[in-house]
Order: sequence, then C-alpha cells, then structure tokens
Amino acid sequence: MASTFTPDVATRSSGRSSSYWRDLDWILLIAAFATTIFGSMLVWSASRADMASASDPTSYLKRHVINIAVGVVLGFLASRIDYRWLRAYTPIIYGASVILLILPFAPGIGTTIAGARAWIDLPGGMTLQPSEFAKVAVILMMAVLLSEKRDVEAEPRDRDVLLSLGAALLPIGIILLQNDTGTVLVLGSVALSIIAVSGARTRWVIGLFGGAIIGILLAIQLGFLKQYQVQRLTSFIDPTADASASAYNANQARIAIGGGGWSGYGLFEGPQTQGKFVPVNESDFIFTVVGEELGFIGATVLIVLVGVILWRAVVIAYRADDLYGRLVATGIVAWLGFQTFENIGMTMGIMPITGIPLPLVSAGGTSMMATWIAIGLLQNVRIHAARASI
Amino acid sequence: MSERSNLRLLVLAVLVASLLGTLIARAFYLQILEGRQYQAAISSNTEREIVEPAVRGLILDQAGRPLVNNRTSVVVTVDRQTLAAEKDDGDAVIRRLAAMLDTTPTKIRDRLAPCGTEGAKPPPVCWNGSAYQPVPVAKDVDTQTALTIMEKRRDFPGVSASLDAIREYPAPFNVNAAHILGYLGPVTEEQLNAQGDSNAPDRLRRTDEVGRTGLEAEYDKILRGVPGIRHVAVDTAGRVTSTVDEVAPKPGEYLVSTIDAKLQSIVEAQLLAAVRRAQAQGYGGKSGAAVVVDVQTGRILAMASYPTYDPSIWIGGVSKKQYKELVANDALASNAYQGQFAPGSTFKVVSTAGAAKDKMNLYGIYNCPSSVTVGGQKFNNYESSAYGPISLTRALEVSCNTVFYGIAKRMWQEEGGPDAGVDAPNPIAEAATAFGLGSDTGIDLPGEASGVVASRQFKYDNWEKKKDTWCRNAEQGYPETRKTNPKLADYFTALDKENCTDGYQWRAGDALNAAIGQGDTTVTPLQMAMVYATIANGGKLYQPQVAKGVVSADGTVSQEFPPILKGRVDVPKSAIKFLRNSLPGVTTDGSGKTPFLGFPLKKIPVASKTGSAQVTGNKASTSWFASYAPANNPKYAIVMMVTEGGTGSKTSGPSVRKIYEALFGVRGSSVYPGKSVLAGDAPQPGLPAVRPDGTVAIPKGAGSGVANSRQG
Repeated sequence: MASTFTPDVATRSSGRSSSYWRDLDWILLIAAFATTIFGSMLVWSASRADMASASDPTSYLKRHVINIAVGVVLGFLASRIDYRWLRAYTPIIYGASVILLILPFAPGIGTTIAGARAWIDLPGGMTLQPSEFAKVAVILMMAVLLSEKRDVEAEPRDRDVLLSLGAALLPIGIILLQNDTGTVLVLGSVALSIIAVSGARTRWVIGLFGGAIIGILLAIQLGFLKQYQVQRLTSFIDPTADASASAYNANQARIAIGGGGWSGYGLFEGPQTQGKFVPVNESDFIFTVVGEELGFIGATVLIVLVGVILWRAVVIAYRADDLYGRLVATGIVAWLGFQTFENIGMTMGIMPITGIPLPLVSAGGTSMMATWIAIGLLQNVRIHAARASI
Repeated sequence: MSERSNLRLLVLAVLVASLLGTLIARAFYLQILEGRQYQAAISSNTEREIVEPAVRGLILDQAGRPLVNNRTSVVVTVDRQTLAAEKDDGDAVIRRLAAMLDTTPTKIRDRLAPCGTEGAKPPPVCWNGSAYQPVPVAKDVDTQTALTIMEKRRDFPGVSASLDAIREYPAPFNVNAAHILGYLGPVTEEQLNAQGDSNAPDRLRRTDEVGRTGLEAEYDKILRGVPGIRHVAVDTAGRVTSTVDEVAPKPGEYLVSTIDAKLQSIVEAQLLAAVRRAQAQGYGGKSGAAVVVDVQTGRILAMASYPTYDPSIWIGGVSKKQYKELVANDALASNAYQGQFAPGSTFKVVSTAGAAKDKMNLYGIYNCPSSVTVGGQKFNNYESSAYGPISLTRALEVSCNTVFYGIAKRMWQEEGGPDAGVDAPNPIAEAATAFGLGSDTGIDLPGEASGVVASRQFKYDNWEKKKDTWCRNAEQGYPETRKTNPKLADYFTALDKENCTDGYQWRAGDALNAAIGQGDTTVTPLQMAMVYATIANGGKLYQPQVAKGVVSADGTVSQEFPPILKGRVDVPKSAIKFLRNSLPGVTTDGSGKTPFLGFPLKKIPVASKTGSAQVTGNKASTSWFASYAPANNPKYAIVMMVTEGGTGSKTSGPSVRKIYEALFGVRGSSVYPGKSVLAGDAPQPGLPAVRPDGTVAIPKGAGSGVANSRQG
C-alpha cells in the first residue's frame, strides 16, 4: 500500500500528484462527461415546454447544471480520498446514510413524490433523495465487510456474507417502506453481485438469487405489495389493458420512442415531448426524449455511451489490486448497469414502471451527485491499482 | 484474486452487456420495425386540424350577371376551449352574450354542445364540427352588437365576431330560376360514408353545406373550392402550441350558366301568363314549363317551371312548415326536366318521321275523316271535324288525328296486328327513341326524368310487372268499390280481366294512341324542346347544357364546356326536310295561326306544332306549343306546356309569341335586332370576364338587372 493516512491533497507537492492525472481512466471520464452533457441537452428539451411561461425558461436547466457541477466536485473528492481513510470511515458513512433514510418519514421533513416517501425537503425548493446515497453506502459497507481480514484467495466466511447481507437488507427494508420499489430492485442486484464476486460459496449465490425471486412472488401473492405496486409492475406486460396512470405513462412513452424512427423529429421538435404528453420526461422518462427527438441513432449513441462507462468499470474491477477495490467497482457496475436497464426498459415497455432515474442523464440532483461519486470511486480504485503495481 | 471471483465478474460483465444489447434491440424493434404505427399515433395524439372554409363560387348567367352570389354576414362565434378554462365553465360569459344577442343562455349552451354528447339536441342545433373550431352561435348580427362584443374583450373571453359568406340570390330582372340553380343543404351521412377514410383537404366535413339539387349539386365540387387547412400542434391540455403547416383556402370557382337572366325572367313571366290564361278559361292550370334552347349548340337559354319557390328559403336551413308547403305545392321538382307529360299532337312530328322510316310517301294524299274504326272501336278526330283527302303537310297544319290513325293502323296491320311479337318492327317508337325520347337527355342537372315511349316492348314489360295485381283484382272484383258503386266495380273488374289475360298485347288502339302522342307515351318538356331543336338544325342531336364554363375567382378561364353533339338522329333525312318545310305552315295557316296573328312571320318565319293532350281524369287537356324560329335560319326552339291548360294555341301559344318578340326585338310588325333581349342579338360567344377583384364585367347593353347598390 503506497498511500498514507493523510489525504492526497496534502501531499500534492510530493510529485505524485502528476501521476493522478496520468493514472485517471480518461475513457471513463470522457464517456461520463459526454453522457452528462448529452443528458443536459435532453433535460433542456424536456423542460423548455414546461418552463415556457416561467420568467426564466432556462432555470430548470441551470439547476441541473449546478447539480452536475456539485456532482463532479464530489466525484473528484471521491477519487482522491485515501483508500484506508475511506475504509476506516465507511461505518460512519453507512450509519449516516441509514439515518438519512429514516428522515423522510419524519413529518415536516419528508416529501412523497409519485407514491414514494423517499425525499427530504431542503430549503429553496430543493429535495434530497437519501436512497441514492444509500446505494454508495451499501456498496462501500459490503465491500469492507467482505474483504476484511482475509487472504484474497480465500472465500469469505459465512459470517461475513451474513453480515454484509444484513448491511444491505437494513436500507433495503427502509426503502421498501418508502414504496421506492425501483431502488429496492437495484440494491438487491447490487448486493447479489457483490456477494457473488466476493467469491462466496456457490450455494450462497444460488440461494440468494432463488430467495429474491421467491420473495418477490410471495410479496405479490401475500399482498405485501399494494395493489398499485402490482399494477405498476405488471402494466408493462399489456399497457393498453390498464387505464391507470402508470399504464398511460407507459403507452405515451412507447409512442414517443417508437415515433422517433431512424433519426427522430429533431431536438426540441418532438411533438410528444414538447406537448408534454409524456410525464416526468425530464427525469424518469428522459429516454423518451432521445427516442423521439433523436431517433434510433440518438438512442443507440446514449446506450453505447453508458456501455463504455460500464466496460471501463468492469475493467477497473478486474484490475483492482485488492478485493475491496474490486467489490466497490463490481457494486457500481451492477448499480449503473441494472438501473440503466430498468429505466430505459420501462420506457420501452419491457420492464415494469418504477420511479428510478437514468444515471448521469435524468434531472435530479441526488442521483447526479451519487453517480458522479461512483465515477470518482471507480477512478480511486484504478489509481490505487496503478500505484500498487509500480 | 480467486478464479471464482474472476469468473463471476466475467459473468456479470456478460450479463450487463446483454442487457444493453437487449435495449438496443428493443429500440430497433419499436423505432424501425414498428415506427410507422407510432408516428401515426403521435400525429393523431398531438396534431389537430383547423378548417378555414373556402368561399363558394358564384353562379353567373351567360352574360356574367350573378344569379347566385355571396353576401357577408357578421357571425358571432364562441371558442369552447377558452370557455371551458373559465372558472365557472363560462356561465357568466354566456349569460352576458345571451343578453347581447337577445337570446337565452340555454339556447347558446345547446348550440355549443357537441352532437352526440349527452344531452345534446339533434342537429342542426348541436355543434357538428371539430372541438378546436369556434362554434358560430349567431348569424346576421348587427354591426353595432358585434363591435360592442369586440370592444369588451375582457367580458367576452373566447367570443369573437367574424365575417362569413352566405348564399344570396340577387335575382337580376327578378329572375327566379330556382330549379336550375338548386340549393344548399347540410352534408348527409351517406355522402360522408361514401368518401370513406379520405384525408384529402377538399373532402366533405360534417359542418359542410353541399349542393342538393340543380347546378349547386351538379357542379358542387367546382363551386365548393378547397378549404384552407391548418394543422396545429397541441399539448396534453389541448392548448395550441404551434402551427405545423398551413394551406390557404382556394375559393370556389365561378360557374357560368347558359341561362340568360333577362330572357329567363321573360320566360318565367310568360309561363305564368299562360297559366293565368288557363285559369281564366276555368281550367286548373296546375303546372307548366317552358324551355328555350339554342338549336345550334343545345345550350339552354331559359328554362322555367311552374309552380316554383323562392330559393332563398333554403339559406340557413328550411323550416319544417316551409318544406311541407313546398311538397304540397309540387314546387320542388322542375316540370321542365323532371315532369313527364303526354305530348299530344306535338308528337306528330315523331310519327311523321316514323312513317318515313316505314317508307311511306310523305307527299301522298291521306284521308282525314271525322273518325276511324278499328276492331269495333271508334277513334274520333279532335272536335270531330273532317277535312277529307289532304296532304300530310296539311294534316300537320290542322293537326288531323285521323290521318295519323290511318297511318298507324296500316303499319300496325303490316307489323302483324295483335299477334306480332315484342320484337316486331315499330317505326314510330323507333323514331321516338331516335329523337332521344324515353331516355335522359343528359342535361347537366341531377334527377332528370326520362319519359316513356309506348311500344310493344313497353307494354309487355308493364304487363309482366302488373299482371299479378290485375289478375287478383279481376278475381276479387273490387269488393270495396262494389259496396258503394257496383257499376264502377263491374267496369274495373272487366278492365282488369282483360288486362290480366292479354294486357301484354299491342293492340290497334295502343298503336293509334301512340301515333298522336297519347296513351302510355310521356315526355319532359326539355325532351320535346330537344326534338324540335333537332328538326330545326337539320337532324343534329345535341346534349342539352345549362353550364357553359368555369372561371376562377381571379379571372382566369379554367374550363369551357363546348356543345356536345350526340350524333345524327336516326330517321330519314327526307323526313327532317319534310318537317322543316311543313311546320312553318302550322303558324301561317294551321293550328298555330291565331297566337301569331300580326307577328312579322315574313321576316321571322316560325315553325310550330300545337298539342292538346288528353289526360285521364283531367277536364282540360295539356296545352303544348312546340316551335322554332326563324324557320329559314333556325336559332331558337321554344316549347311551352301547361297542364289542365286547354288548347296549345289558346293557352301556351300567345306566351311563346311574346318570348320570340323578346328574342328577336319585335316591336309591332317591325324587327329591331338591337332590341333583342340577348345583348348583341345572340348568346355570348365566350365566357364573361371576371376582374381580379372577383367582380364580373357585364357586356355593354346587357344591364346587370339589379339595383346598383346590390351589384357585386
């Protein structure tokens, strides 16, 4: 381990600071920036119709850009934080995150959006979605628990697996109470991926995978899920059969994307987008904007950009010099990969409608910040591996 | 790191890659393979069509005088969208508007209700148009009210006043011409269904008015123009966000009629005079018609029908009471081209041609006794006068029925008498068909009647159709009638017994009646006018026309309708020559002499034939006067008839004379071509000039026929 306990910032003069820029995964960084800029364009297109009568039609876009700026700064910090420091403080980060998750239930603090009580009101009309930070916290906590005190070649003990599973299930349980089904699904796949890649015994992987599926089925069967949640989950199968709001959304979204054809109606020219036919198309349904206005070509470019980010994340996970780094990167791959699939999939009618944003693209400050922190963590793991290999 | 970890990471990578691949495949399926379907869904989702109606084209007479015009009317419209956005759903606005327009809020609400919605009144009260189109709630609003509404915009959100074009009849020279012009009515469900799922901009829409009859119907497409279409993008709340595309309306074109307004007004007045003459003689004089045709082109210069109606009653929808009156008066159909009447002696020209077809000597001597007996039945001459042996020319002049009876009897016997088959020769019926009787003339007006040519074939077909009824009646013996009048029942029963057994037979009586235009033969006055026009022009069969061409509103000629020559009439040329030589004598020395006493026949010889057709049940005969002039250089043919009118010469003749006087500029016994009712002593050779502003240049000396203030 080449790092010291003090943060890198303090040792800039030592000459190693130049290696930070050299060791960065530039392809990852450029792809992340490209996706973010692409996303801003879509947010601008989606919000200009809603904001047409506002005093400043660009105010929504401006807020989005500020969120990006904050996210990039947080990502930069995440990339420079010392590994050991991060591991040492992970329990505190995790604890803080769980407390934040409980806050939306407090009256006067929490806000319900789209049926999910998952937001904290902030002054100035801003909101914070603690479940986004919880994704980072769960990944860090599980990585710590599964890589603690053991030889990298040895498989994790059952106790470690159980502990890490517990660390995942606590926030998952709280988020389930918030009715934020989409985040639960994402966190579940993150937890499963981390445990699998940690080298845990195969029966754990198969058992957990089977358990998750049985759990979902039981939840539906025994009525743990409310009717509208079931409807949301199943309306994607036949959106025309159900006249509920989520079916309407699914139908309008599919029409918008399908109408795009090869190259779309042109930016700012999509009739469905500009006519506000697709609800929340600046956040959860933002893929409909690229689908309608930029067509199949634009949609493919966006999916390929996310693909590049995920490819670099897999490479970083593979080349990580310790299990901790690998598990952090693996968690991020599962998070971004599954959330992207779920989000885009729901707009195209192959996944159930759940309220989760498209990483780096959707408007929504907390998600933007959390995703940039993830990008920063990936860079951190890579830089760590690069230095270890000197 | 462990192999297991590496492997599982690889599995995760492959899984994520396949998920992204799935997304691209799904996008390809939705956007490329099914894209067209979704594009259509977007259009119907986000686009609305707003129709700006095209101004309907005018109908002009042959000199360019507007017969049908548009006048502007102030229309108050209400935009339902704006009203719905009001806090009280627009109730206050409607209350204020009702007070301004002297109506009730309920009436306005009824008007605004889209047809087919709950509680909506049936059309035309409910609104049949698009939800995005402002609904007209009041027509002919006075300017002051409209201005007040426009000034107090804040009190009347969504209410607007605009100018609308409404059909108007300037009636130059007080012309009526209702049956030629036709009228407009709301588009029918059948018409809408007939065009299927058309998307053409000029397709019919539920709010459209279309021509129902006459020229308005025949040339509806030309007159209607193409409405302007604006496609607007709307948002999910239905607000218009932008204009997608816009096409300006193309105004309807001007239809130029062959009718001359001045002549038409005279013909209408003379027809009325003839009817009054009939009534003055104590006859019914219930209906009548008159046709003036240009014999060298087949163009109809005037065509009148009695009774008629005021065409303006259709504007804005006819009331039930008005419609009932129209039907009760038989005023809706034109007697000139939709009425079918026995032609009487005017048919003798056809019989003469039939005789010529049968190689009879047109210049021989024929006996004109007071009656002819065939098969024990006696057929009397008109008023039973006998002229002895006379030429065929003289027989036409004095309209001797028995000469034609004799001819018909001889032909009938030669054909095989009562036992001749249905396809045995029948020269008179063949001549009638050759002249165009028994079939449509092809005039450019809808709903023409074709008349009937009595013949063996017709008799047989008729028997086939009716024999079951006849035979049943013969068996039952009219039990209802028998209760009150056993004698009449006996007569009916005997008649039907005979009809039942041999009603298909072309008997001598049928042949004799057919030869003098009686019996089953019926014609329209228009058909008769075309027969005399054909004789006049030497045998050319023209298709009559009432439209001459189309001029667009900016003045360019877009279509000219040349005369349509259907061919030569299939009768011997000698017959046409004989008739042309004989018919002037009717006016100078025959049955047409009286009405033309004092007319300068030397300068303008008139060929004519009178007719007094007996109609079963009518006390008085149908008065016919068929003619053309000048006989030596034929220009015009005129046919006039009045039912229950008396004789042709007494009732119709004087009116026909007056029309000739007008046409040729006759004053006393002098002729002044410059004083002809037709400017330039002839129909206009070309189409009238329309100025760029849409007004029409009327030729010098023609006169507009309307007070200056109304000239448009």
